[in-house]
Amino acid sequence: MSTAAPPRGQRDGFRDARAAGDLTGTGRLFRFALLRDRLRVPLWALALGGLVGYFGAVLPLAYPDQAALQTRAAILKDPSGALLSGPGYGLENYTLGAMLANEVLGMLAVAAALMSIFLVVRHTRAEEESGRAELVRAGVVGRYAPLTAALGALLVANGAVAVVLAAAMLGNGLAGADSLALAAGVAAVGLVFGAGAAVTAQLSQSARGATGLAGGALGLAYLLRGIGDAQRVGGSTLSWLSPVGWSQQTRAFVDLRWWPLLPSAVLAALLCLAAYLLASRRDLGAGLLAARPGPSRATRALASPAGLALRLERGSILSWCLGLFAFALLTGSMGRTIVESFEARPELAVVIGGSTGGDALRATLSAFLRYFAMAVAVHAVVTVNRLRREEDSGRTALLLAAGAGRARLLLHCLAVTLAADALLLLAAGFGLGAGAASAVGPGAGNLALEFTAASLAYLPLVSCFAALTALAYGLRTGSWWVWLILIASLLIGLYGPILRLPEALLDAEPFGLVPAVPSVPLNGNPLLLMGLTALVLLAAAVPAFRRRDLSV
Amino acid sequence: MSPVIDVHKLSKNFGAVRALDELDLRLEAGEVHGFLGPNGAGKSTTIRVLLGAVKADSGTVRLFGEDPWTEAVRLHRRLSYVPGDVNLWPKITGGEAIDLLVSLRGGADGRRRSELLERFDLDPSKKARTYSKGNRQKVALVAALASDVELLVLDEPTSGLDPLMERVFQDCVREAKAAGRTVLLSSHLLAEVETLCDRVTIIRQGQTVQSGALSELRHLARAAVSVVCGKDPSGVALLPGVHDVRRDGERLLFSVEDGALPAVLEHLLPLDIGSLTSTPPTLEELFVHQYSPDAQGARS
Repeated sequence: MSTAAPPRGQRDGFRDARAAGDLTGTGRLFRFALLRDRLRVPLWALALGGLVGYFGAVLPLAYPDQAALQTRAAILKDPSGALLSGPGYGLENYTLGAMLANEVLGMLAVAAALMSIFLVVRHTRAEEESGRAELVRAGVVGRYAPLTAALGALLVANGAVAVVLAAAMLGNGLAGADSLALAAGVAAVGLVFGAGAAVTAQLSQSARGATGLAGGALGLAYLLRGIGDAQRVGGSTLSWLSPVGWSQQTRAFVDLRWWPLLPSAVLAALLCLAAYLLASRRDLGAGLLAARPGPSRATRALASPAGLALRLERGSILSWCLGLFAFALLTGSMGRTIVESFEARPELAVVIGGSTGGDALRATLSAFLRYFAMAVAVHAVVTVNRLRREEDSGRTALLLAAGAGRARLLLHCLAVTLAADALLLLAAGFGLGAGAASAVGPGAGNLALEFTAASLAYLPLVSCFAALTALAYGLRTGSWWVWLILIASLLIGLYGPILRLPEALLDAEPFGLVPAVPSVPLNGNPLLLMGLTALVLLAAAVPAFRRRDLSV
Repeated sequence: MSPVIDVHKLSKNFGAVRALDELDLRLEAGEVHGFLGPNGAGKSTTIRVLLGAVKADSGTVRLFGEDPWTEAVRLHRRLSYVPGDVNLWPKITGGEAIDLLVSLRGGADGRRRSELLERFDLDPSKKARTYSKGNRQKVALVAALASDVELLVLDEPTSGLDPLMERVFQDCVREAKAAGRTVLLSSHLLAEVETLCDRVTIIRQGQTVQSGALSELRHLARAAVSVVCGKDPSGVALLPGVHDVRRDGERLLFSVEDGALPAVLEHLLPLDIGSLTSTPPTLEELFVHQYSPDAQGARS
């Protein structure tokens, strides 16, 4: 290396001047980042604040007296309840605040972490990948200015989320200091994973890769605290290995303590430091994980729209598959404990959706299988929606010009999505059954086989959501209404029984229409109807796509 | 006076790929310098090193006499850059993007900005999502030319521009030269380089293969000769340094190596010449000659 390395004695003097220069332009880029996010960040903050405000208003109606609250508290004492929500403290005298801290904080923290990961990657790696960073850095802009501006925007976004959350809780008449601690806990998780994304943005050469790595870390963190909380009421060692766990350990509204937020602050600072160190060591646009060269010729399998879709999605399909299988295995292995707690407290079964009569284990696991089917439906909507991005980037026009044909393009994408979703359902069903079988031992029949087969009962419904997304794409209406239907179905399906919503609404919820196999016998009629609905939607989607203009 | 750009034996590897292999490049103050090479030769990588975005593995790189990697921030006050593939923020208008880029360089003359917008016929109120490639290119050009800088680094700046805009661009480069600015122009449009540049550097596979004034480089390629004679001139094909002899009606066409022309004329004079034209090699011929298989074979 013979580029200007000043003599050793001079170096320290130079370093100060250089360090200052490396941040030149940060203020301008920071303001520009806020300009770009002027709609996104307020929307995230209002959505999260709205969710808390909604819970704050609805939960007192659903749990009008202490007896009702104690029923709810009993769920948290159970490992399966703790796995999905939080550590469970203050259960002896459960209150609305404790309910938010135990059960809603984790969900809010994951949302804030996702917002933060998207934000940081958007302002760092995505800028490099698109070549815009090169244009910006050719100006009087220091090496660390883009990263610093992104971290500044991260701080502002999480600050906004915390303020709106705290305001929503104070508006519901909850205690001030505890509300602040809960809001700060959510923001702390956001900051940690935003800083984590700043590190993965240095490692991966693509924005998608950086998001995937950081998202994987988030999934792991949530799983760790889930297992940790399930092991012991109040949390165990594993809970303390997760940033989500730290925020939950502030015990807001029960026995407030602030110090568990300290590790989050330290970890976020260390991750930022790591990001700066890595950034100083690499070229613009380069990743530290080198991109491997690929084959120079396409195989026969790639040479069709379906082959291409499969190739582009295979990494995502694989990680969904592994994630769902691991989570299902874990849930299944707790089957025995769940059933025992249901037998001890029959009122729980009503809430979770399981049953004490007959084969309690099968009934409970069948209810869980439905939750996994909901996740697969999300995957279907996300995957079909990629068509929009392909079109906006001009790649769809390229394929169509090469003679792919619009109907063929759309149908191939759907075929790949549904094949992938069938695989995801099978993986979840197999994981659930195998986990349960390993927990209860022989004598319960072949649970693994039973649940693997049963999982496919949800495929017609998942197809409906995929076809609905295809229709939204064909009409180019935007997919917001598909998400609205899906999220409403999920919320009613998940929380409907707890919130004691009207029976008619619960019955109309799509996931409730699928027979809860294998605990109830398979009734083919609703499945057939759903399959037909999917076909009708698809039959509308194809001509709609054929008739409209491409976006570019 | 020290050169504005002085690159000596610059090497850069990306993993196992050697992108730059002891490349040399030198620009004196005030010159317009063409930077040529086939796709993947290392032009953009060299420019990224000059901008301090990519770190050299070995060799010396000096921009205004300083190291562009460590002194990037100070040096960037003195230069503007236009990439060949401009990507903008979809929801930001062209005018906003120009102002952002200009303000990152320390501001610019507002009059000059509006004058350039007019000359390049660019609507600054449209969102970048709706711009064509040529219009995105104009955004980067206006932002670069609006600042009062000493050096313009242009990496295929006219890809996507129509011929009218190409002409506006050439005027702007001439004005920059008249104002004493230095220009590094990487381009595939050889006619553009020929009309604008004083000197050129041609690179191949990360190495400099030719560098110098255009007039000097012409000597390296063959002149095209067209002749009509009263008597049969086809014997000329036997002379050393004469290639590609072919007949077009009564006309005989061939190419002549530099230095072989006197002998050719001597041969033709007694043959009753009706007309004779000799065209010096164009840059395109020079370029093709440089990369033709036999030229490569001769070097290795």
